[in-house]
Amino acid sequence: MLKYIGRRLLMMIPVMLGVILIVFTLMYITPGDPVDTLLGDDATPEMAEQLREELGLNGTYIERLGKYLVNLAHGDLGICYSTKQPVMDRIIQTFPNSLKLAGCSVLLSVAIGLTLGIVSAVKQYSLFDNIAMTLAMIGNAMPNFWQGLLLMLLFALHWKILPASGFDGWTYMILPAITIGTSSAAAVARMTRSSMLEVIRQDYITTAEAKGQTELKIIIFHALKNALIPVITTIGIQFGHLLGGAVLTESIFAVPGVGKMMVDAIKARNYPVVQGGVLMVALTFSLVNLAVDILYAFVDPRIRSQYK
Amino acid sequence: MNEHTNLLEIKDLTVHYVTVDGTVHAVENLNLTLPEGKTLGLVGETGAGKTTTVKAIMQILPDPPAKILTGEVIFCGEDLLKKNKKSMRKIRGKQISMIFQDPMTSLNPVITVGEQIMEVIRLHDKKISKKDAYTKACEMLELVGIKADRAGDYPHQFSGGMKQRVIIAMALACNPRLLIADEPTTALDVTIQAQVLELMRKLKAKYQTSMIMITHDLGIVAEICDYVAVMYAGEIVEYGNREQLFHRPSHPYTKGLFACIPNLMEEETTLIPIEGMTPDPTNLPTGCRFHPRCPYATEECSKTNPASKEIENGHHVKCLHI
Repeated sequence: MLKYIGRRLLMMIPVMLGVILIVFTLMYITPGDPVDTLLGDDATPEMAEQLREELGLNGTYIERLGKYLVNLAHGDLGICYSTKQPVMDRIIQTFPNSLKLAGCSVLLSVAIGLTLGIVSAVKQYSLFDNIAMTLAMIGNAMPNFWQGLLLMLLFALHWKILPASGFDGWTYMILPAITIGTSSAAAVARMTRSSMLEVIRQDYITTAEAKGQTELKIIIFHALKNALIPVITTIGIQFGHLLGGAVLTESIFAVPGVGKMMVDAIKARNYPVVQGGVLMVALTFSLVNLAVDILYAFVDPRIRSQYK
Repeated sequence: MNEHTNLLEIKDLTVHYVTVDGTVHAVENLNLTLPEGKTLGLVGETGAGKTTTVKAIMQILPDPPAKILTGEVIFCGEDLLKKNKKSMRKIRGKQISMIFQDPMTSLNPVITVGEQIMEVIRLHDKKISKKDAYTKACEMLELVGIKADRAGDYPHQFSGGMKQRVIIAMALACNPRLLIADEPTTALDVTIQAQVLELMRKLKAKYQTSMIMITHDLGIVAEICDYVAVMYAGEIVEYGNREQLFHRPSHPYTKGLFACIPNLMEEETTLIPIEGMTPDPTNLPTGCRFHPRCPYATEECSKTNPASKEIENGHHVKCLHI
């Protein structure tokens, strides 16, 4: 198992290099000059040239890429153009916020999604099932930004019970977590339902019944564990997305997370921050994937024996 | 037959599967008796309602679509169909247990075999400690010829024959009075089949368990069954003890089944198949259900569903022309 994990971690290196290359190239060919944004309209060409030299934007593509990679190998992600802070510091400031938000949303979606999915599968075609699946469809279809604004209108402006934006305490987390969690909960619910439906028709469920086991324990001990694999995959994908990709929601609720940092940086052509942010997102995504694969092994002994 | 010696008595059992495409008449007015300590062979083609019948005994039919409409299943003097869920759970696994057709899919792939055997032991003996249950599970494994140190292995680490042994160990763990085996050897290789059958016969004798053996292999019936019930389209068409059935098969369907067995002693190389197909269970023929395929069928057979007749002591046949 450890050998497997080690191999997987090594395999992440080429993936990261690929990500760096793509992001770097994309930023290089994107039109726009960070110097214009930084200096404003009054800047003279001499000032612009000087700043460009300072930021290292004058070299060729190969020179700049080489320099970036060498710095990266020393653990240096560069300096943020606008705040003059090291990019690493900015990520360290923003990432925990994204992590908290993603963690809350995933917990919420797992709690709601698993429950709805299991009950829907066990009571297939019942009223509960129909209502739950309709809700899941709506949850899946509702655009995040619209739902976020709606929640903000109701809870912050109309009822004034929750803060509309910012990130000063756990109450600030509720609305964005619900906003992101809804669609994940819907995805988890639908996946759990279909996976459970498949499992509860299996012979070993009848075996468990023939032993005299209670319905509840059959669902929890016999069915759920077998149904979990696709559900874990879904949760993993959702979690990975949330960690770096809750861009819209973070912007709407002004959550100082990685997503918001990257959007702001893209607008300002703040190259080092964009690159550092994307690298961070790609890294967490890979780590979450690895965690998902390890979880598979934990759940299913057949997969565990393949990892040896 | 004496009432008291019967472990199981099924009276007028009718089971339907109600679906949007129509109602499947899986089992219709079925009567069956099994004396204590004996083995009953339930023989018939695929779709004859054999599995439905035994699942109705255990009440593990999928509902919906299955509905038990009428009948009594009297086990040890009590009607199982009148029992509530909770008391039925105490009977399943403890008094009546079942061996399933496909060992490949009948064990839970994510739970060790030891735990799966322990589960049934602990379900029916609330006082037993986890350690004692484990020891008991290991003993059961040894009993079916699997080393006890494999209790911690998962089903995918066993071969098909060994999985079926595990299932047998599981079924016998609580020393049931009735063991139902639903084609226990169909999915296995011939050599393994013989081993598994021999094991079942040995354990049955050791524990004095009564048994219902579903099979379409008349060879198995000849080897281990005391009584035989031949099922066709949801009905028992012939019932008797082994000697009666093998020496004097009387229903045209039973005769047809025997004609399908290759005989090495005779010169003839062709087998005589039963013409036609099993009827569509949503649209059964009127009268005797076998009449469209029966070589002896007359006009009357298409109109009257014959009652069961006793042609000799304990030998019942459901045919107009007997």
